[in-house]
Amino acid sequence: MKKHKIDLSRFGVIIAWIILIIVFAINNPAFLRSSNIFTILRQASIVGVCSVGMTFVILTGGMDLSVGSVIGVGCVGGAQMLSSGVPIPVAVLVILLMGAAAGTFNALMINQLGIAPIIMTLGTMTAMRGIAYLLCGGFAVYGIPESYKVIGQGYLGPIPVPVIIMAICFAFGWFILNRLNFGREIYGIGGNVEASRLTGVNVKKTIFKVYALAGTLYALAGLMLMARVNSGQPSSGEGYEMDVITGVVLGGVSINGGEGSILGVVVGVLLMSTLTNGMVLMDISEFWQKFVKGVVLILAVSLDRIVQKSKEKAV
Amino acid sequence: MDNEILKLEHVTKKYPGVVALDDVSIGFREGEVHAIAGENGAGKSTLIKIITGAVEATSGSLFYNGQELRNNTPEKTLNMGIAAIYQEFNLFPALTIAENIFHGRYPKKHGMIDRKTMMQEADKILQDLGINIKASEQVKNLSVGYQQLVEIAKSVTRDVKVLIMDEPSAPLTEVEVGHLFEIVERLKKRGVTIIYISHRLEEIFTICDRVSVFRDGKYIQTMDVSDTNVNELICIMVNRELGQQYPAKDYTKGEKVLEIRDLCTDLLDHVSLEAYRGEILGLAGLVGAGRTETARALFGADRYKQGEILINGESVRINSPSEGISHGIGLIPEDRKKEGLVLKLPIRHNISFAHLNAIKRGGIINMEKDREASERYIGQLAIKTPSCEQLAGQLSGGNQQKVVLAKWLFRDSDILIFDEPTRGIDVGAKQEIYRLMVDLVRQGKVLIMISSEMPELIGMSDRILVMHNGKVMGELQKEEFSQERILTLASGIEEDYSGENAG
Ligand SMILES: Nc1ncnc2c1ncn2[C@@H]1O[C@H](COP(=O)(O)OP(=O)(O)OP(=O)(O)O)[C@@H](O)[C@H]1O
Ligand SMILES: [Mg+2]
Repeated sequence: MKKHKIDLSRFGVIIAWIILIIVFAINNPAFLRSSNIFTILRQASIVGVCSVGMTFVILTGGMDLSVGSVIGVGCVGGAQMLSSGVPIPVAVLVILLMGAAAGTFNALMINQLGIAPIIMTLGTMTAMRGIAYLLCGGFAVYGIPESYKVIGQGYLGPIPVPVIIMAICFAFGWFILNRLNFGREIYGIGGNVEASRLTGVNVKKTIFKVYALAGTLYALAGLMLMARVNSGQPSSGEGYEMDVITGVVLGGVSINGGEGSILGVVVGVLLMSTLTNGMVLMDISEFWQKFVKGVVLILAVSLDRIVQKSKEKAV
Repeated sequence: MDNEILKLEHVTKKYPGVVALDDVSIGFREGEVHAIAGENGAGKSTLIKIITGAVEATSGSLFYNGQELRNNTPEKTLNMGIAAIYQEFNLFPALTIAENIFHGRYPKKHGMIDRKTMMQEADKILQDLGINIKASEQVKNLSVGYQQLVEIAKSVTRDVKVLIMDEPSAPLTEVEVGHLFEIVERLKKRGVTIIYISHRLEEIFTICDRVSVFRDGKYIQTMDVSDTNVNELICIMVNRELGQQYPAKDYTKGEKVLEIRDLCTDLLDHVSLEAYRGEILGLAGLVGAGRTETARALFGADRYKQGEILINGESVRINSPSEGISHGIGLIPEDRKKEGLVLKLPIRHNISFAHLNAIKRGGIINMEKDREASERYIGQLAIKTPSCEQLAGQLSGGNQQKVVLAKWLFRDSDILIFDEPTRGIDVGAKQEIYRLMVDLVRQGKVLIMISSEMPELIGMSDRILVMHNGKVMGELQKEEFSQERILTLASGIEEDYSGENAG
């Protein structure tokens, strides 16, 4: 009886990650300093928090492009409230609810009208970005109280606060997926909607919960980003959807739904962050960075496929 | 006569933790109908897939007309005249029946697909096969039985030399099986070699010339059908004694639990029925008679237009399967792949999926309890798997069916509808399932059984309702059961005027 199953199918990405670490470490010994490791983690934190929500969505066989724009509205709206003296807990709560509402709206249209998730969230992505600009008239919002910055810039001992938030979100995601009915329903729906429905799963309700939860997590990421840059920029979060989806897919979550784990996503997200950090340390130009990231995605995923194929054949 | 058209030598196929085929050597003679028999997971389907090239053997060689086939793919073998009807369907759900039949070789006119000719030809093929349905119908709207018939239509219209059929009769009722046999006869006359897999052993004795037995991935022996009999065959297959086929049970009709009054849907026409504690109610009918539709409407899987459902005397409206389940109803669906299982998930997840609250401790899913539950059913139903972590999609067909059963047994519903519960299940395991059903009845559950296998329906039911074309044609009490009686009612020739069912 094997109790601790090692998921070999994630080998490809883990190997790629280790190779990267070795390459960067040889190139620049500063790379492995604990301060740099925390930097990597801190840089991963916002994408990491979002990736938990995205993992849920993609596991159900869905897609959510509204990530970056929810972050944007969270940043601007949050900054406006805080700068006009709204108490921090109230502002945080309002922004989290905003995220949940955006997700609920997505789910409503997906459920009731059967709009494809990618199209629906493409719509909310664009509309919400508009809202972010409308809220502030296009100008960044400043005047955030000092005490709020902790969320983005503070430390708990040696560990940056955003890293702790990310870790909590990952743990929370793992717990939901592995220990609650909700998690089993998510996997079931992604694997076979009809069989899940006939097993008594309330598919629409589960979809609602998934998108609402995802939206809440994106809003949380927005609050973290606002604290980090100390302002509400209407463009903040732009393009994050791609980083988040890349991390999740790299982490082995099947785009068809029903397959993947949070642990894989942790590796996927950290790999991307390691790559960015290492390339910055190596003074690689931003143009090359983009190119390399794309190539790494393709390489890691192919390596994965190769490992999986040979695993099927071997024995 | 001894000219072997197809030959396998020392073929082995290994999967992680499973040896599906173990050093198998076997030959098929030109023009024979050759049956393959064996328990669930014996390796029958794997053998077929290796012949067609759908999976690659770990080692060993394959000869066709004396030539060794290397690196073969289903496409290559099809071009050489080897076609297969797989246990899993290979149809395009969004296309019409005609398009499926002619896929890849559409009739053309001026370089374009000639739809009219295609439809006409397809309609003619369907008619020849006694399939009462339009070729312009989309495959996804068909029941499993009809899909199977389309699968058969598809392969018989090709110019094949070897036709492999993996449990072609599983979703079919007697009448359609009759058509299938005619087709087999016709093909045999044309000199086609047929490899025939079935768990309905009588069929082997009706249409096959030779039978080969597999056990645990090993080839055991080949016999002339005329030299053996069902009992001997079973003995060789299971390698142990099997007792009485249908368990003895006494019938005490308890209180009425379920009543359906005048249920109407697009397919159902004022269906009424009653079910009692302590009995197994059988639903008989041909493919398309409306048995599955009745079950689905009752369970909440489909909406009904009109009618009333009473449970324990109370009128209820059931709008979704989750409501059906909370009213104590369970439906074991007929199509395990589409409706029964999440193939990408482990057996463990599938078994507990309908009853997650039962594997929780303190509101949290408990892995120990989860594992215990699946392991209990893996043992009880003899599900052949290396562990409960195996993905459902990696099990053999019959073992997948057992997982679906396990899921609903674990759910412990009060009213259980079994839609083709033993489809694809081997003789030994069938007995186990029958025994479990009788146990459930003894515990006071209400069982409704839909089955296309007449002997099973007669052997297990206490009362049978016969349906035809969405209507209940009549009700038979145990002493009235007979194949002829059921068939006449099922074919709609005669209505039962006894009036017991007036309801
Ligand atoms: N893709 C796979 N991965 C792992 N194991 C597999 C896979 N396909 C089949 N097996 C295993 O190989 C064995 C033989 O399976 P096979 O499908 O050939 O059985 P079968 O004789 O056709 O059974 P049935 O009567 O239930 O259809 C089974 O134990 C099954 O679990
Ligand atoms: Mg099989």
